[in-house]
Amino acid sequence: MELLIGQMFAGLSLGSVLLLAALGLSLTFGQMGVINMAHGEFMMAGAYTAFVVQRTISDAGASLLVSIPVGFLVGGLLGLVLEAVLLRRMYHRPLDTLLVTFGVALILQQAARDIFGAPSVDVRAPAWLQGNIELLGAPIPLTRLFILLLSLVCLAGLALILKATPLGRRIRAVVLNRDLAETSGISTRRTDQLTFFIGSGLAGVAGVAVTLIGSTSPYLGTNYIVDAFLVVVAGGVGQIKGAVIAAFALGVLQSVFEFSTTASIGKVLILVLIVVFLQLRPQGIFSLKTRSLA
Amino acid sequence: MRVSVTKRALMPLAAAAIVTALAGCGSQISDPASANSTASGGSSCVDTSGSSVKVGFINSLSGTMAISEKTVFDSLSLAAEEINAAGGVMGKQLQVVSEDGASEPTKFAERAGKLIQQDCTAAVFGGWTSSSRKAMLPVFEANDALLFYPVQYEGLEASKNIFYTGATTNQQIIPALDYLAEQGTKSIYLVGSDYVFPRTANKIIQAYAAAHGMKVLGEDYAPLGSTEFSTIVNKVRDSKADAVFNTLNGDSNVAFFRQYKSVGLSAESMPVVSVSIAEEEVPGVGLDNVKGQLTAWDYYQTLDTPANKKFVAAFKAKFGADRVTSDPMEAAYTSLYLWKAMVEKAGSFEVDKVQAAAGGVSFEAPEGTVTVDGENNHITKTPRIGKINSEGLIDTVWSSPKAVEPDPFLASYDWAKDLAK
Repeated sequence: MELLIGQMFAGLSLGSVLLLAALGLSLTFGQMGVINMAHGEFMMAGAYTAFVVQRTISDAGASLLVSIPVGFLVGGLLGLVLEAVLLRRMYHRPLDTLLVTFGVALILQQAARDIFGAPSVDVRAPAWLQGNIELLGAPIPLTRLFILLLSLVCLAGLALILKATPLGRRIRAVVLNRDLAETSGISTRRTDQLTFFIGSGLAGVAGVAVTLIGSTSPYLGTNYIVDAFLVVVAGGVGQIKGAVIAAFALGVLQSVFEFSTTASIGKVLILVLIVVFLQLRPQGIFSLKTRSLA
Repeated sequence: MRVSVTKRALMPLAAAAIVTALAGCGSQISDPASANSTASGGSSCVDTSGSSVKVGFINSLSGTMAISEKTVFDSLSLAAEEINAAGGVMGKQLQVVSEDGASEPTKFAERAGKLIQQDCTAAVFGGWTSSSRKAMLPVFEANDALLFYPVQYEGLEASKNIFYTGATTNQQIIPALDYLAEQGTKSIYLVGSDYVFPRTANKIIQAYAAAHGMKVLGEDYAPLGSTEFSTIVNKVRDSKADAVFNTLNGDSNVAFFRQYKSVGLSAESMPVVSVSIAEEEVPGVGLDNVKGQLTAWDYYQTLDTPANKKFVAAFKAKFGADRVTSDPMEAAYTSLYLWKAMVEKAGSFEVDKVQAAAGGVSFEAPEGTVTVDGENNHITKTPRIGKINSEGLIDTVWSSPKAVEPDPFLASYDWAKDLAK
């Protein structure tokens, strides 16, 4: 029983990490069609932001709380620069964005190695996140709980922006029909920039969060990028709710598979499952219905 | 639109495939012999007529292994500098040619071929991963050249062209198990990265446990670089094992120890013995997460021997007071001195004469006196169990009463009979 609860929480927790990593991507890839292979490196930038902030403010608790908005800014600004310098020249050429952003990812990794060194650095978890609470005898790690809450807060924030703000309406209008949106007086340039800023910023937040569970190294991003794309694709491109369902489904399934087999086999089973699923439903869990002719 | 969505949906998978393929390159071993098709079997081109002699260092100075191998390179450089300052080898100054293995076994094989054939080095030092050693082995054998390999490994190998100055399994893993048994450990849980070393090591551990009445309650592998350990730590916790034997590599250790701690496990409640966390890795894993945990090596920076004090002081003077020394670094430092002693005993830089002279050569190393075994080209070492202290260094808590003879094929252990096959 204790183990069952522990494993259920492990699944939810893994799902929340996947969701955090994929949320920004579902915006930039899903809504804008940009295949940003540097998304993982924006996460890495967020993680190193947490490291730098902790070096400045030695209190681990305060530094974590400060790191989250700062990580968002750092990730977002990196995204803005990437968009302004490279990506805006290659909308409608998604395969080119793949190669260019993969190159950018390598440059960012090397930059991190040059600035912070190749060994991983230690970001301490605050005292109030150390240890665990017991739920019917099963230990629920507080860091995991924090990440779960953070992912839900990010999700709610993003949903609120998309549903209830003028910016959200503009983003949705541009996704539905870029040309028509432009003719109606929406600046698609500005909308693209802001969308990319938010999407990349979310990667930064995800980066801050994963410092609590794993290592902060120049390679951090490569651990998450493939999973993040899997979540977005399985969920249905352009569908935030699809990403949410896919992230938690993958998280729980991965924990179940891993528990009953091994971590490596579990990963293989997940990939097989996704391949089969995409054969049956290539558009993912939800499909985007637009009036666009593209 | 449906078609276009599908296309878009498949592209990241293509991207994922590219990334995986790129990552995979690191572990693929193509035929290394092709890298040295010229001059193989030919006579050596080593030039010993002048006042200097060339030696080759081959370490990954880029890529994922750079974090570890750079430290070995530093310590080899220190040894070369010291030897030169003391008059060189048989009066000849060492001239170092350094090559970057770039964390890729194929690159190691190719660069080793270059060091032997183009640079005409008298001996080559370096390598870290077993896959890099396995890739270089045919190159050294085909050219009849010498490689000094400084890292603990999974054993079951002995080439006349390779000198193994790190521990083999009976100098690290078996003593660690002996220690655990001595402490009354009745059951263990095995956690490792999914590749050659942990799987081989765990096979040995399983055989040892079966023969010594120790229960193995679980054996789990995480993909290399994995950061997700919730399930594994849940399984470990649920097993209520007396101890955990950890053969995880690299950054996975960070995630493992953090998550281990966060479900309430500790060095007191369930100690973890690690075979790949040395002084160098402790800050990255986070001292808070590993303080009090156990390690199995043959050398620690804190060892109280005159040779070690000199080594640590010289290393810090050259590379900075914040740098630490670790087992592979010490083994690399020792390897250069051992080669010097072999050459001087042979009175020649020629490979066959050095090989003939190697047996019985010994050196007052920082870890204690080490002696080369002429049969299998490994060296005697003193296994030590350490405990990570509050400064991030490792204190010796148990040490083998005497140096242990290398036994890479575990021929002297009855229970290991089936393993060497």
